[in-house]
Amino acid sequence: MAGSNPNAKLMDLTLKVWRQKDKNSPGQMVTYPVKGISPDMSFLEMMDVLNEDLLRKGEDPIAFDHDCREGICGMCSLYINGRPHGPERGTTTCQLHMRHFKDGDTITVEPWRAAAFPVHKDLVVDRSAFERIQQAGGYISVNTGGVPDANAIPIPKSIADKAFDAATCIGCGACVAACKNASAMLFVSAKVSQLALLPQGKAERKTRVENMVAQMDIEGFGACSNTGACAAECPVGISMENINMLRSEYLYAKATSENI
Amino acid sequence: MNWFTKTFSSTVGRKIVMSVTGLFLCSFLVVHLIGNLQLFRNDGGEAFNIYSDFMAHNGIIRFMEIILVLGFLFHIYDALVLTRRNKAARPVAYANSHPEENSSWASRNMGLLGTVILVFLIVHLWNFFVPARFGGLEAVPDKDYDNLYSEIVLAFKNPIYVAIYVISMVALAYHLIHGFQSAFQTLGLDHKKYTPFIQKFGVAFSILICLGFASIPLYFFFFV
Repeated sequence: MAGSNPNAKLMDLTLKVWRQKDKNSPGQMVTYPVKGISPDMSFLEMMDVLNEDLLRKGEDPIAFDHDCREGICGMCSLYINGRPHGPERGTTTCQLHMRHFKDGDTITVEPWRAAAFPVHKDLVVDRSAFERIQQAGGYISVNTGGVPDANAIPIPKSIADKAFDAATCIGCGACVAACKNASAMLFVSAKVSQLALLPQGKAERKTRVENMVAQMDIEGFGACSNTGACAAECPVGISMENINMLRSEYLYAKATSENI
Repeated sequence: MNWFTKTFSSTVGRKIVMSVTGLFLCSFLVVHLIGNLQLFRNDGGEAFNIYSDFMAHNGIIRFMEIILVLGFLFHIYDALVLTRRNKAARPVAYANSHPEENSSWASRNMGLLGTVILVFLIVHLWNFFVPARFGGLEAVPDKDYDNLYSEIVLAFKNPIYVAIYVISMVALAYHLIHGFQSAFQTLGLDHKKYTPFIQKFGVAFSILICLGFASIPLYFFFFV
């Protein structure tokens, strides 16, 4: 590991991890000791160390989602010590470093808990409900012709900034995991407002919000109680303002759209 | 289902019903408290009794009473439907969870607070509304109105009632501290010019209204 501190004290930890064979089997928390963890490791690297140990012993390694390990893809999840992506704010699990834990700590690791996110195996949940919500309207239908001139469509900077902030949503599902109602409002609202703010998204503005909210309800996510837990736990800082925008978009669409 | 019922049976739509009925119920609290402040007049309850007689028999008030009951019923019904849905959305609980790190206690316990308020409401209606509205009070001598004031004096000599009323007002205050500002968010009314004011006003409103109501049983218990 480049840049690692050779003098850093290695940590011994106790992990309590949710193990579940498959979708239909009951699961349980299983305790594992993990030894010699460097504070410079990411949480996922610590999980890798534990899995190598399990493989050496001939045991089934713990399944968990991960991909880019750079905090931008939204694949990693994990409910660590009672918080989505662990105790640090604005961080994905792959960017959570072991220096935030102490030698001798006991750490609980659970999958996202939501009816709409069924557990596949161990810590891996099926987040395809998000894909189906996106397919219901989280896009713009444009005919791709020639490349338009730069600045042909004027967009005020404040609007562009808001749209870009909403577009940073990586669809990890921490909002659902944090919400006491397992509501997907923060995710859906980020997708809705990102497109509703921009001229290219205006054409499908009304049907988009109607269809995405309908799909969100079909998937079995809960309602929003405005607790703010989602925004507090979001690794990319999507704000509650998006949820409020979704609501005014929804009311406006329902009152004025052609869809009976 | 037509578009209207579809809209208001979606999760977003049901919260809009919660929000509109909740704000309407807040307006009721203001009217109710202003009327009740007549209890503090040092006139042996005369002004209050005339006022409560008017409230029990005036036609417009009777009509508003129906709207008020509907407001409560829609608020409670949608709360039950949403709570069931929200519980079903997380069938397996976390073994270790720290929601206090990301949200306020009141915002996570609106259903519990609402249940306390509902129990209080039933006790409260039984104490005063039922006798005032459907008979069971003694008339004030030589007057054509009943003596609800003496009923209040009697009830608030009982420390158990005083405790129930004061605790319920604490629950109501927490319910409103989250609910008032949340109602505006639910309607999509969010603007950086106004939202900070709405949030501060909501906290002040919740505390003042509930202090006002709680002061009544305490006043009668200690000073009358």
